[in-house]
Amino acid sequence: MTKSITHTGLTRRSVLRGATALGAAALILPASMRAASAEPKKGGILRIGMGHGSTSDSLDPGSWDNAYSQVFASSRHNYLTEIDADGALQPEIAESWEASADAATWTFKIRQGVTFHSGKALDAEDVIASINFHRGEDSTSAAKPIVDGITDIKADGSHTVVVSLDAGNADFPFIMSDYHIAIMPAKDGAIDPTSADGCGAYVVDSFEAGVEARMTRNPNYWKSDRAHFDGIELLPIVDGAARQNALISGQVDVIDRVDLNTVHLLKRARNINVLSVTGSQHYVFPMDSRAAPFSDNNVRMAMKHAVDREELVEKILNGYGSVGNDHPISTANRFHAGDALEQRTYDADKAKWYLKQAGLDSIDLELSVSDAAFGGAVDAGVLMSEKSAAAGIKLTVKREPSDGYWSNVWMKKPFVASYWGGRPTEDWMFSTAYKSGVNWNESYWENARFDQLLAAARSELDNDKRREMYVEMQGLVRDEGSTIIPMFASYVMAHSTAVATPDTVAPNWTMDGFRVAERWWFA
Amino acid sequence: MAHVWRMIAQRLALGFLTLFVVSLLIFGATELLPGDFAEAILGQSATPETIAAIRRELGLDQPFHTRYVSWLSSVLQGDFGKSLANQQPVIELISKRLGNTLFLALYAAAMAVPLALILGILAALFRNSVFDRMSNALALTSISFPEFFVAYILILWFAQTGYFPSIVRLSSGISFGESLYRSFLPALTLTLVVTAHMMRMTRAALINLLASPYIEMARLKGMSPMRVILRHALPNALAPIINVVALNLAYLITGVVVVEVVFVYPGLGQLMVDSVSRRDIPVVQAVALIFASAYVLLNLTADVLSTLSNPRLMHRR
Repeated sequence: MTKSITHTGLTRRSVLRGATALGAAALILPASMRAASAEPKKGGILRIGMGHGSTSDSLDPGSWDNAYSQVFASSRHNYLTEIDADGALQPEIAESWEASADAATWTFKIRQGVTFHSGKALDAEDVIASINFHRGEDSTSAAKPIVDGITDIKADGSHTVVVSLDAGNADFPFIMSDYHIAIMPAKDGAIDPTSADGCGAYVVDSFEAGVEARMTRNPNYWKSDRAHFDGIELLPIVDGAARQNALISGQVDVIDRVDLNTVHLLKRARNINVLSVTGSQHYVFPMDSRAAPFSDNNVRMAMKHAVDREELVEKILNGYGSVGNDHPISTANRFHAGDALEQRTYDADKAKWYLKQAGLDSIDLELSVSDAAFGGAVDAGVLMSEKSAAAGIKLTVKREPSDGYWSNVWMKKPFVASYWGGRPTEDWMFSTAYKSGVNWNESYWENARFDQLLAAARSELDNDKRREMYVEMQGLVRDEGSTIIPMFASYVMAHSTAVATPDTVAPNWTMDGFRVAERWWFA
Repeated sequence: MAHVWRMIAQRLALGFLTLFVVSLLIFGATELLPGDFAEAILGQSATPETIAAIRRELGLDQPFHTRYVSWLSSVLQGDFGKSLANQQPVIELISKRLGNTLFLALYAAAMAVPLALILGILAALFRNSVFDRMSNALALTSISFPEFFVAYILILWFAQTGYFPSIVRLSSGISFGESLYRSFLPALTLTLVVTAHMMRMTRAALINLLASPYIEMARLKGMSPMRVILRHALPNALAPIINVVALNLAYLITGVVVVEVVFVYPGLGQLMVDSVSRRDIPVVQAVALIFASAYVLLNLTADVLSTLSNPRLMHRR
């Protein structure tokens, strides 16, 4: 069972097949339900219980930082482009797009006949205002870094938008699918960040931050094969046990972030399906490459070999994940290196050998962790310290307060725990956290060859050449990088058997790429 | 009677002073916490430029005393400002939550206070009997478990079996009876948590008095034990009982975060916790002031009632 879960691009179907083969009856659905899932039906109110959401959430697209805000946003807004369940880029508000030969100028054709919930027709001005909201000196948006490369946006007629970049970027349309960059109505050339008006599948009836959001289907939605529910109720239920109880007692239909310690109990409940998707979310331990002893690559390699990845996946993720190979590109990505790079495993002798290369017999290190980085980070630190002892590495685990972790510990202390939701493209992931000098380069790693490849691959439009370059970059991060990437964590959700999902559930974000409201239905 | 009014006036004035000190403490304490709103809201996505932009926009780049004075002056004019996080007026955010919190507190109090008094009186009456021992043991058991454990047990018994909902959704437009039904489990949890304290205080105060000579006299006159307790002992035991009831009522308003989290109850406690973790100071300030006011007012009420219950205190020498 664990084996099948760690597979790539896991779908509910493949779980079903695996479960059937192994005779694990818990996951098998009645045949009638499987047949029903092929043909979406309309109707019903979907009640979603999410493990995020707080009273300080807001409608401002620059501030969406948790899955509650993101699912809420994706239910009421559309984006220029959309990433489908297979990871491919699909048109959404942009009907089509094309790049100049150097990939530095992008022309988007905007879909005709799309209206906002307020009735306003969508045109190029709305798209420009929506993107501009995140740009510029005074931007308070968390998405500012990803639109920084834009030098100019202008309309060419009422339904064409031309974007100029400071350098070629073959993945630019992918970036436009980012959850922050929702297309919102423009007024006097700017969007209103306090408005819930969008052009998405559901119209917001009420929103009380930290309590609930209610939505009804947008009767004028331009996609005819989507948005099957009559309405959506989105509830923040932060306590893990409360969330499971709400599902078991039938007060919600879907929950996310199933508690991995009790998932086996949830599986026993009848009328509930556990849904696990291997995505790009990964847990990491960056080492400050500027500071001794991590400035010596031998020490970093010793540490990388002293981590028992299988054990971490088994004990911290309860099997709901897969081992990492010290690079951040997941099997859900297009250019994942696959067999081209050998899987790194726990090897105390090799770790010792690397320490010797660094001129050391043993070494004292301190790892600063908190469950703010990811659930189980403290336990993961303890497991690492036990296993690395055999290699002569004395790892002291220092538990930091969760509150203020990102401002006081992360990127301040030399060896910490952190996580990434992953990015849909290799370039996006690398240039966010691994390129020299970028804001979120959490290990302060610099590598000239890597930067050069990254720049070259970004403006390269030939996919075979790009693959070659990205595989080499993954190798560089794996063997010279300063981040231990031991595991990819699956998105584990659960839903009542009344809810049907598509055959493939998107692995790019939790809740079917945040699109649960638009893609699922009641069987 | 006049000096009761004077006491109320004095205590109210002192209460305002307390609130002022509380606001200063809260403002200072949040200042000491790592990071500010700009860093808290951006979390891992923080970059120096966006942090600076948010601080500029919200005036967080001003020094501590400037922000405090401008906040205080608007509060004195009745304006609690806007939430940093979602720009909604703080009053609006709080009013509904405060209503929910008071509803739950009163609901729990309506069950817990009579229950505690009755159990306490009966326990005193039949002290050292099986009833006394059982009610003490039960009350102590429920108060000894952490709140969330009591809550989970109740969910296991009453929610997973389908009798009551495990999460409380108080949308507007539901009837009072429906609200009572939906909030039953959190109210019951709180009842179990606070009853022991009040019950044991009632019992102890009564037993203490039952040893007094005037009770002995009443007994010798041949009064029934129930009448001795209700007519002669209870009025004299009221002062400590009122105080412990007030203390527990204050707890029901201010200390129920865990219960709110487990039952997803939309009360003030959760608002406070969220706002502290986001460093949303205007909201933290306002909620803290409400909590402090609850303590001040309930203590004042307890003092006044204790005074009224004791004729000797009514007539100063």
